[in-house]
Amino acid sequence: MERPAASPSSDERPRRRASGDRVRTAVLRPEFGVLLAAVVLYVFFAAVAGGKGFLTQDATAGWLGSAAEIGIVALGASCLLIAGEFDLSIGSMVGAGSAVMGIGVGHYGLSIWVCVAIAALLAIAVGLTNAFLTLRTGLPSFIVTLAMMLAVVGASLGMGRLLTGTTNLTVPSDGVAHVVFGGSFGALSSTVFWWFGLGALIAWMLRRTVFGNWTYAVGGDIDAATTNGVPVARVKASLFVLSSLCATLVGVLQTVQFSSGDATRGADFVFSAVAAAVIGGVLLSGGYGTVTGIMIGGLTYGIVNIGVFYTGWSTDWTSLFLGALVLLAVLANDYFRKLALAAGKK
Amino acid sequence: MTTVPKLEMRHISKTFPGVRALEDISLSAYAGETLCLLGDNGAGKSTLIKTMSGVHTPSSGEILIDGEVVRFDGPHAARTAGLSTVHQYGGTVPLMSVARNFFLGAEPKKGVVPFRRFDERTANTIAVRELQAMGIRRVTDGRQLAGTLSGGERQALSIARAMHFGAQVLILDEPTSALGVKESSETLKLIMRAKDRGVAVVFITHNAQHALAVGDRFVVLIQGRVAASFTRGEKTKSELLNLMAGGEEFEDMEEEIEAMRRAKEVARHA
Ligand SMILES: Nc1ncnc2c1ncn2[C@@H]1O[C@H](COP(=O)(O)OP(=O)(O)O)[C@@H](O)[C@H]1O
Ligand SMILES: [Mg+2]
Repeated sequence: MERPAASPSSDERPRRRASGDRVRTAVLRPEFGVLLAAVVLYVFFAAVAGGKGFLTQDATAGWLGSAAEIGIVALGASCLLIAGEFDLSIGSMVGAGSAVMGIGVGHYGLSIWVCVAIAALLAIAVGLTNAFLTLRTGLPSFIVTLAMMLAVVGASLGMGRLLTGTTNLTVPSDGVAHVVFGGSFGALSSTVFWWFGLGALIAWMLRRTVFGNWTYAVGGDIDAATTNGVPVARVKASLFVLSSLCATLVGVLQTVQFSSGDATRGADFVFSAVAAAVIGGVLLSGGYGTVTGIMIGGLTYGIVNIGVFYTGWSTDWTSLFLGALVLLAVLANDYFRKLALAAGKK
Repeated sequence: MTTVPKLEMRHISKTFPGVRALEDISLSAYAGETLCLLGDNGAGKSTLIKTMSGVHTPSSGEILIDGEVVRFDGPHAARTAGLSTVHQYGGTVPLMSVARNFFLGAEPKKGVVPFRRFDERTANTIAVRELQAMGIRRVTDGRQLAGTLSGGERQALSIARAMHFGAQVLILDEPTSALGVKESSETLKLIMRAKDRGVAVVFITHNAQHALAVGDRFVVLIQGRVAASFTRGEKTKSELLNLMAGGEEFEDMEEEIEAMRRAKEVARHA
């Protein structure tokens, strides 16, 4: 990040804070690019598939729901990315969350609440194990969590078959538990509310708390964080746990919503959540990302996912769309970041 | 100045397995003065300041602060005792704001426990005020990203931060070696400001000119030993260069290079 030393002496520089600067700062926010992409895509699908139902309440609830599921996983995974670590076990944790609900509620008849607590404990244990292995061995989290992903998939399927003879169980629910985890309000599923609630909470955490400051510092420059006394290991461990918890939550929500616990669920999330994060402006190298961006990234993903379906084209094209989008996003992020860093200089 | 040194090292040696990095080093740094540590690459400068700041424990010898023997069992203990080290790149996070960098690891907080949070307004105000006091007038908004600062300004940020948190000894490891001419001179000005405020500055460099510009005392290291120790005005620049080159006559070298240049010119004209 070195640049030629060319700035005029600081004392001679005129002090100038025009109001135009504010507009420029807003436009220079990396989220601006994502927002633009989301709007353009929405308009595109509205034009192409508007007549085929893309603008109906059902379709809207559909892409919001899709965005919410991906978005919740992306929120957790992104915080960890900001701190400079990967979590590839998120997809498998969606399946594990679903398996716990299937085995516990579907097979043993435990209450939803008890099983949610068990799933949460499992997520915490997996997150802590990821953190422990990464921080102790010094191996890249990419490798550690890849191994964890395989192990969790295996364990979820194995435990399911061992205890219940199947990997797919019916999960009945009613009362408050059903409303909280699988209910719908109008056309919107409770998942959408979870997404917004978590988004608000994590936005507050990242922007307003000391822990948020440490998260950015750990991913931005680990040496600077360490020498300034930031408890680097504790920050990373907490975020590994958060990532695991968010993914497991989506497994729980899907299970209650569809009344079925399925250990094979969720494998795609490792791609879609990371893609949503990147589209939303999170730097894979760590140190940068905002909740606004991540949430718009999720929305964009949802719009494309459902939009292509309504066009009537083969859904094979969805992937192509998303691939191009991720590529564009990475390039745009890089560009916007450079602009932002250049803003204070001449 | 006071007669008791702020920081004193007595007969410090440091051996790594198979390497004798420092041997019988004695030096003193006084409040309101700059001590320059000079030496070629590998002379032991970094090892010396790491020993000074608690990263390494000395194999033998003792360290005194205000005349009292101290033993640091880590960099944190040294920091608590008022020693602050600023590294080459200033130790700042480019994509974080100036104020967030300034208070990293020591953030002001507000609110009650579940809603306890970073007091960004206070952080912005103090950070800007302290940077202005260090002569960095260009920063008027604490929310500006640290990555938009020049290398010299980032050094200033670290130095201002160290001083705000009560550093009495400021240790700078080659702060100018990655900077251009203009930025280097800004950093040298910062060193002058820090010592004007009564801080004992330990300035590590292999640039004789930078050292002579701001130094009050000089220690030249060669292969882990003190080759010379003198005060301002006792040596000229060429004498200092000769010392750093390990006693070989630097002028001889200059003459040799000049001769080579001439030979080349003759060859070109032939
Ligand atoms: N941790 C270490 N283990 C072994 N040898 C070291 C270590 N740190 C420094 N040294 C050795 O000590 C000598 C002085 O190094 P250093 O203090 O980095 O010099 P300088 O900063 O003056 O360039 C070198 O020979 C170096 O190889
Ligand atoms: Mg060195």
